[in-house]
Amino acid sequence: MMDVAVAYNRFKFIGEEFLTWLWFVIATDPKLAVKYDPDFVALEVGNRMVLENTRKESAERVTIKGDGASLEEGMMALQKGALVSELNLVYRSAELKWQFSVKGESLNISALSIPHSGLPESDEDLDGVVLERADLYERAIKLLEGLFGHFIKLRISSTWQNKTRSAIRNWIQS
Amino acid sequence: MSLLSSSVSITRYRVHGRIDSPVMETVADALNNNVIKEIDDQSSDRTIGWTSFAKPFQPNFSGSSFVYGSFFVFSLRIDKKNIPPKVVQKQYTMEADRRMIKSGRNFLSKSEKKQIKDHVINVLSLRIPATPNVYDIIWNMEAGWLWFFSNLKTANEELETLFTQSFKLSLIRIFPYTEADLFCELSDSQRDALRQLTPTRFIE
Repeated sequence: MMDVAVAYNRFKFIGEEFLTWLWFVIATDPKLAVKYDPDFVALEVGNRMVLENTRKESAERVTIKGDGASLEEGMMALQKGALVSELNLVYRSAELKWQFSVKGESLNISALSIPHSGLPESDEDLDGVVLERADLYERAIKLLEGLFGHFIKLRISSTWQNKTRSAIRNWIQS
Repeated sequence: MSLLSSSVSITRYRVHGRIDSPVMETVADALNNNVIKEIDDQSSDRTIGWTSFAKPFQPNFSGSSFVYGSFFVFSLRIDKKNIPPKVVQKQYTMEADRRMIKSGRNFLSKSEKKQIKDHVINVLSLRIPATPNVYDIIWNMEAGWLWFFSNLKTANEELETLFTQSFKLSLIRIFPYTEADLFCELSDSQRDALRQLTPTRFIE
């Protein structure tokens, strides 16, 4: 395998393209995630999105914050060549709701809130609470890994150049 | 950060290598050999080690106390003494004045000043308790993954160093390239294609 530090810097763009593609999927094919969760209900853009344009000499950064914020500014940034570098997502499965942010360059997860899970009331409760929480964290991570796996196979296929790239371009310009 | 918090951050890792049998004893020994050491009555200003998830201030890895279902759950603790610079300056000035009066001089050499500063920091370090920071870990040994409940760069670097030192296993941080290479079940030709990728320009 390639040196980790070299790979991190050289392939940062993959994470940003993934988050940009993910916004495109949420807008145009939201049921794609059903493949990775049979109880899938919805995946939505949450309360934070950061876009960065590194094509310009001085990198431009646009941050959109707040529940129900308009994403118009984000779309304008895409039209100028920016990519999504951080995205907050709301994920619903059956009756449950997760919310978390993903950073493109690292795929680190932050501000992850899971469906309500009780806190341990005694030492005996701790095992059960930890295992329940681990399962709830894993469900959000599995969804993210499933979607990233879908993206990466598409990204290295000829379909990306022949079809997906122009579909994303049309969506950005529409 | 606790995995029981209402909002958490997670950095994901792949664990490379296998633990020697008997696994539970090997893991317990590794944790015990690198357990956090208290520095409250010592001049050290920083200490790093493993601690128990359930009782981070009374580490105990006996029996299967770190086993939760099929996971190992424990924590990284980093204790640091933060001495406010203004406190150091005050104590330094007072001590420097005392030395000058005692010696009858109105100046101190560079080495004397350094000696006083080191002495002041040493004395203050003995008096100031260390501030603990606890970061939880869930390790699924069978599946070969580990979640570290923090995205802080320094905490992640300390984890990687201590984990390798303790368990003789390497941690590979998951980011776009490693996620693709290690988790996406790519064929050899797909891996070649991955290595050749260049940025897409959606807008010309």
